Amino acid sequence: MRRERVPIIVAALAAIGAAFFILPLLGLVVRSPWGDAVKALTAPETIEALKLSLFASLSATAVGLVLGVPLAWVYARVEFPGRDVLRALTTLPMVLPPVVGGIALLLAFGRRGLFGSWLDTTFGITLPFTTAGVVMAETFVAMPFLILTVEAGLRSMDRRYEEAARTLGASRWRVFTRVTLPLIGPSLFAGAALCWARALGEFGATITFAGNFPGVTQTMPLAVYLQLETNQESSFILSLVLLLISLVVLIGLRDRWLGSA
Amino acid sequence: MSLDAAVRLTLGPLDLDMEFAIEEGEVVALLGPNGAGKTSLLRAVAGLVPLKSGHVRLDGQILEDTGSGQYVPTERRPIGFVFQDYLLFPHLSVLDNVAFGLRSRGTSRREAADKALKWLDRVGLNIYARAKPAELSGGQRQRVALARALAANPRLLLLDEPLAALDVTTRAEVRRDLKHHLATFQGIRLLVTHDPLEAVALADRLIVMENGHLVQTGTPAEVTERPRSQYVADLVGVNLLRGHAEHGSVHIPGGPSVAAAGAESGEVFAVIHPRAVAIYRNRPEGSPRNVWPGRASGIELLGDRVRVRIDGEVRVVAEVTPAALKELDLDEGGEVWLSFKATDVGVYPA
Amino acid sequence: MRSRVSWFVVAAALLAACGSSPSTAASSPSPTPSPTLSGNISVFAAASLTASFTALGTSFQAANPGVTVKFNYAGTPTLVTQIEQGAPADVFASADTANMDKMTADGFTAGASLVFAHNQLEIVVAPGNPKGITGLADLAKSGVLYITEGPTVPAGKYALQALKAAGVTVTPKSLETSVTAVISKIELGEADAGIVYTTDVTAAGSKVAGVPIPAAQNVIATYPIVVLKGTTNAAAAYAFTSYVVSVTGQSTLTSFGFLPAT
Repeated sequence: MRRERVPIIVAALAAIGAAFFILPLLGLVVRSPWGDAVKALTAPETIEALKLSLFASLSATAVGLVLGVPLAWVYARVEFPGRDVLRALTTLPMVLPPVVGGIALLLAFGRRGLFGSWLDTTFGITLPFTTAGVVMAETFVAMPFLILTVEAGLRSMDRRYEEAARTLGASRWRVFTRVTLPLIGPSLFAGAALCWARALGEFGATITFAGNFPGVTQTMPLAVYLQLETNQESSFILSLVLLLISLVVLIGLRDRWLGSA
Repeated sequence: MSLDAAVRLTLGPLDLDMEFAIEEGEVVALLGPNGAGKTSLLRAVAGLVPLKSGHVRLDGQILEDTGSGQYVPTERRPIGFVFQDYLLFPHLSVLDNVAFGLRSRGTSRREAADKALKWLDRVGLNIYARAKPAELSGGQRQRVALARALAANPRLLLLDEPLAALDVTTRAEVRRDLKHHLATFQGIRLLVTHDPLEAVALADRLIVMENGHLVQTGTPAEVTERPRSQYVADLVGVNLLRGHAEHGSVHIPGGPSVAAAGAESGEVFAVIHPRAVAIYRNRPEGSPRNVWPGRASGIELLGDRVRVRIDGEVRVVAEVTPAALKELDLDEGGEVWLSFKATDVGVYPA
Repeated sequence: MRSRVSWFVVAAALLAACGSSPSTAASSPSPTPSPTLSGNISVFAAASLTASFTALGTSFQAANPGVTVKFNYAGTPTLVTQIEQGAPADVFASADTANMDKMTADGFTAGASLVFAHNQLEIVVAPGNPKGITGLADLAKSGVLYITEGPTVPAGKYALQALKAAGVTVTPKSLETSVTAVISKIELGEADAGIVYTTDVTAAGSKVAGVPIPAAQNVIATYPIVVLKGTTNAAAAYAFTSYVVSVTGQSTLTSFGFLPAT
């Protein structure tokens, strides 16, 4: 591909745009006290927060896959009245301020929530202040990414492969698992990775709905926020860890995200 | 073994209304121009498109019947389908592709792999068993697609333009192979094509379709010798006229009468081979009864002969040698006279 | 009276210009409108001061129409972080002396701080006290969902002191970032009990109920206020802090349940 000459204005604006993102990241790298890095990273609270974050974000991704893929399939394949409205509602958490999401979760699943009160009186189960609550908060904000990506993949795949499979005697379930899913593999992977990265970084909904307690609900982002008040430099290091994880995910996704479904 | 189908459906601007039957032992080709509805008909037989009304019966078993509301979904029909662009599953190996039908119908992994390998052997591609479809050439993929469709032991084999995706040089070779494989298949074979050469080469019987309707059916010889539509006439390369016969001539509605030996009575088709049409610059004198003026509206060089389309009272295509054309000093738009003998007009009932 | 007040305000302004601050005078006369005060000031105040400082702001602005006061309420450690990271603030009101000492040690304060109020802890529960909490010991009862502030928040620190004094061991379900966050969760019904200030219970009105903590176990919280070095409107900043420690200011604070500065 011949390199196109870049107009000056475009280059200048693009450079400013890039700087806008690179400078804060550079700031983190430069200001982090690398000497204390090991101590900060191996402190018991950090390890606890990291373990909890990994567990919760992976669980949220799993829930996202189990519930999100069928939802994406319905959006892509089934025509029904109100589909656009439903899709907008399930995509809302992407644009909603996370704290608002947390409040909404409380009103639905809190002890006095629409559904939560029933859970409490019938089973004695409360979701706020539990790790399950963290998973719920993270799923709420992260699943829309998975749904959108998978839906796009389903829409863009060549459905004739599904017809070919049917002519070969494959049941609808078999068509889905042996043909559809493998063909949308890249979208599925990208959606899951984005979902996971978003879940890992979730703060507002988590602290509002699930609260904050080490080992139970204090995820890495919460730990970073609190460390900012007590041990600033430790918070820089932890921020860097989260940043690097997200960077790895994005770099790994690069091609797939740019749509080679 | 037989296939008996009446298919009526509407797809966008196309209204399809076809009834046909295929007997055991026949290879039938559905021939027609693009847009005639051939592929839609095939898909309807496969159950991929629902019928508006009609039925599909295979060996007496009802696959679909709008009257009684019965419908057997595609995956439970004992069919094999070879798609125009093969649609080999890109994420599976060639072997897994061929084994797919067997595995879907419950065969164990080991047995399916064995049978698939045997099929690859039969089409001469067993060394590619582990390869992915993308690594194969067009002709090879066509053979894999055929093996995949046949491996599951269908009772009805449907092929949609099986050679269309191949380049001209590969096509001839693959056509020979396909004919051989079709011959060894025991079930009903129905293929769809727009290429008359393909149809004639592969099929025992042709069903000609135009605009969703049946136009003509018969053996390739019958169809080409006695075309019953302009489409077939064009395919075969003859002139076709239609009119009312009356003792030695055919009256073309809104046109002249053509002298035709053998024209007795009734609605008839009249066929004149372009070879039999002679072109003059001036009105000729002589024995031919059919002499008309016209204008050369198209001149086409085809190797060692030239086809001249002539418009006038009678519109025909004449075939002459390049030397003759030069001698006539004829350009497009030029005034000519054409003639052909009454004995060169083939007449048969419409 | 008028001249004494004017003199005081002018002296304060002059002293601000020199970088030193007025002494911790317990009672100063209330200010009357001064034509020299104008502009905006930003007051960063501990969350437990939300209701009372908003009221103080309103009456201060009524008395000084040229000035606009903007408030930022949060847990004290959060405010400290914000200020040290460069957030523009003129006045800082802390819920404990430890955080104020940190600010001073880090060089962000303009002169010495003034103690303007005290506070005490109280147990906060849902209206009607459905779980029947009678004291700190009941917080450890099974079936009681207890939350508190994080240990770096003054109230959280005090809560731990009170529990220790009472000999009670209880693990909270969550460590919130401010007293207001704890109050919200009690109001929402998500938690059964928390430890906040008596002023917070008063401020929440009928949405919560309070269970007093005996003096022997209770902790006296000390609230200092200071003008910050980075202030852009020293005159108004000092005027506001003076107002807070003035008779009017003090009576407003006590009406919200705070204990007076002395």
